[in-house]
Amino acid sequence: MADIILEMKDIVKEYPGVKALNHVNFKVERGEIHALVGENGAGKSTLMNVLAGTIPFGQYTGDVVYNGSVCRFHNIKESEKLGIAVVHQELALIPELTIAENMFMGNERRKKSGVIDWDKTFQEAQDAMKRVGLKESSHTLIKDIGTGKQQLVEIAKALSKDCKLLVLDEPTSSLNEEDSRMLLDMILGFKKQGISSIIITHKLNEVAYCADNITVLRDGQTIETIPNPDHNIDEDRIIKGMVGRELTDRYPAREHKISKDVIFACKDWTVYHPVYTEKCMDDHISFEVHRGEVVGFSGLQGAGRTELAMSLFGRSYGSHISGQEFINGKEVHLKNEADAIAHGLAYATEDRKTNGLILSETIARNTTLARMDKIASKRGIVNVPEENKQAEIYVKAMHTKTPSIQQNVGNLSGGNQQKVLLAKWMFAEPDVLILDEPTRGIDVGAKYEIYQIINDMVSQGKAVIMISSELPELLGMCDRIYVMNEGKMAGEFSADEVTQEKIMSAILKDKK
Amino acid sequence: MKVSAFLKKYTMVFALVIVFIFFTALTGGRLIYSQNISNLLLQNAYVLIMACGMLLCILTGGNVDLSVGSTLCLSAAAAAKMLDLGAAPGLAILVSMVIAAVIGLWQGWLIGYIHIPPFICTLAGMFLFRGIARVILDSKTIAIMNPGFLNLFTSYIQIPGVDSNKKCISALIVGIIISIALTIFMITNRAKKAKEGYQVATLRATIIRVIVFDVLIIAYSSRLMGYKGIPVMVLWILAVVVIFAFITSQTVFGRYFYAVGGNEKATKLSGIDPRKVYFWAYFLMSILAGLSGLLVGARIGSVDGNMGNSYEMDAIASCFIGGASAYGGSGTVPGVMVGAILLGVINMGMSILGLPDQYQYIVKGAVLLAAVIFDVVSNHKTGKS
Repeated sequence: MADIILEMKDIVKEYPGVKALNHVNFKVERGEIHALVGENGAGKSTLMNVLAGTIPFGQYTGDVVYNGSVCRFHNIKESEKLGIAVVHQELALIPELTIAENMFMGNERRKKSGVIDWDKTFQEAQDAMKRVGLKESSHTLIKDIGTGKQQLVEIAKALSKDCKLLVLDEPTSSLNEEDSRMLLDMILGFKKQGISSIIITHKLNEVAYCADNITVLRDGQTIETIPNPDHNIDEDRIIKGMVGRELTDRYPAREHKISKDVIFACKDWTVYHPVYTEKCMDDHISFEVHRGEVVGFSGLQGAGRTELAMSLFGRSYGSHISGQEFINGKEVHLKNEADAIAHGLAYATEDRKTNGLILSETIARNTTLARMDKIASKRGIVNVPEENKQAEIYVKAMHTKTPSIQQNVGNLSGGNQQKVLLAKWMFAEPDVLILDEPTRGIDVGAKYEIYQIINDMVSQGKAVIMISSELPELLGMCDRIYVMNEGKMAGEFSADEVTQEKIMSAILKDKK
Repeated sequence: MKVSAFLKKYTMVFALVIVFIFFTALTGGRLIYSQNISNLLLQNAYVLIMACGMLLCILTGGNVDLSVGSTLCLSAAAAAKMLDLGAAPGLAILVSMVIAAVIGLWQGWLIGYIHIPPFICTLAGMFLFRGIARVILDSKTIAIMNPGFLNLFTSYIQIPGVDSNKKCISALIVGIIISIALTIFMITNRAKKAKEGYQVATLRATIIRVIVFDVLIIAYSSRLMGYKGIPVMVLWILAVVVIFAFITSQTVFGRYFYAVGGNEKATKLSGIDPRKVYFWAYFLMSILAGLSGLLVGARIGSVDGNMGNSYEMDAIASCFIGGASAYGGSGTVPGVMVGAILLGVINMGMSILGLPDQYQYIVKGAVLLAAVIFDVVSNHKTGKS
């Protein structure tokens, strides 16, 4: 019989009006890597919150059996004490403090007198960082290291608590392929040291790569547990379980009707960092986009793609911007974001929560924000019923799941928030839509719908620029792909010649 | 709408009704004497008016304007000085409002375009403008005696022949006309929207709304009838409140305040310039503080260097009691008015009862805290965080 470290039996958790978990059963063997997959809202995070004690005992029913005994955690401290550590999707680090301070937050190393033992703190932090291969000083401030390294700090923090069961909630969602791979290899290393891991992710290639078993949740229920002993499971096999149907094609087909007209172009576009003005973020970038075309931008994190897009969108990023920008063949000098929108540009940000949506406002108000002139009189008086009508149209067209358009956007799941963000920019009726990581952190079904929306856009003779860190997505969707690296253009490929290998080698060659 | 949602939406209205009944009973009905009802709004004119501007500041992200009490004093001092020197009322008012506008430009520019934190900028303003006011007053009290000026703010509308000081029928007539007009407007507006194919509230809900408003207006005007008639100051208050309620709820310009408070970065990327939004919030706030200075000066009949002390806090408290979020992005003018009147009723009730000042402070603090705790806790329960 297998050695079971964790068994969650018959877990039920209800929120008002919805059963988040409906008799879920979940088993993790000692020393395995267990992937937990499912669409957004399937109940993955809720299940982990039950495990960690974030949802205290009493607010759910069912048993959590850990190391053979039933546990009733009332808070995170109790579960941590038994060696369960959860690394959340949204990093809980304090930017202005050092790595060491963050690592022992709430768990400070003290002298007998009660004051903090700084020598011990920094030394132990350094040791923990060594375990995750993080080559930094423990005195470094969190804000001075990248997201990838911050993720490592979180994991080191978990390990420093003598963790036996490590839970990682979407650890790679903000990492590029290279960093993701390093992180997964590290988790495989922990396995050798006898640490069991549960990993929640939307990236199925990662699941196939590292998981020993895969449990699929759907609508708060356990659908199945698929063994993956040889680490070569077919991704479509997992998708079938997640969506309950076979997605015959993950990328919807479209008729390619690319016109010769160049709808958008830039020439020798150069952008410097807004604060460190000597740092060049984009160096003489030139590219063009035709009507009816989906153009992809590939590259590692920090390649300068977001900076390029934002600076082109009415100089919303950067300083000392130079170069030429053309819309419909005419050179334009966009002063600000409003000017860019008026010229038919739209930029849907990669960070929908901080830069894209007003979470405390309704779907209706978010949808119309960028073009309120469309629902207001010349004197600026808002026609609220008309606004609601428009919002309703977009909710229907995009299949946004919500009880009402008066729902606050903050209450929606990630995929539905993304749809509202897209609706907002569709409502602006742009000719060129720039999408920055349009499918980050959302599930397979919602992704497919977003791809369809992109196809609809270009079939109307508009153009879409798509920045994405997921290579398969770019290959599946784009007519042409530009590859950027460290602020420079590193290559350009048409859809019929491009492969993942070619893109990666363009980046790596450029690195030399 | 479910009962619980309904109660939550109108909590402060119910609180106001309960407090009102409570003090009416406790004072043996003295609270609803015509004179007291008439004075309720007049005493609190500065709170009602400045709370409208303060709401805009708070909407942009929980920012407040600490300088308004001093701006009010400066505006009143300038007017009093001008009148004292023999200027015409129109000129005195113009000078005061220009001073308020300059203050508004100054603070709006510093906060919007130079990114000085509002708290610090207006704290400095609080000292600065009070100092300037005292310089103008030369540390003395200046009486305002110009009848033209006083009439413009403190007189009552009485129609000779119809009205006497004891019974002003005209007040009731105006009240009835307003409620009839309001009824017609609300019903036809609903019908028009329905005809255009938009979703509208049910007929029953609309009728209940209309009836509640009509009853309030007629009750209020019948009280005014019993004491000198319609005060001009009420018209000033109404004008400001109606304009600001309209701006915040019906215009694109008003939406910008909510958008910036909800998420400034997203607002900027939507083509809206947050700097302008901050500028307008503080500019309009100063204008309203200037106007309040004229009203308060006229009502008291004199201006001294301490006038308007801690008035900013009354305006801020009204906003938070009235449901504005301390983090910005939510709050309405009607809500804030309910908050201001609630404070006013409590103050007046306690004054009638003869409770000393110190207890009034304690009650005010407790009410503010209770309102905010309620707001935070009830929103937390519904998952708004």
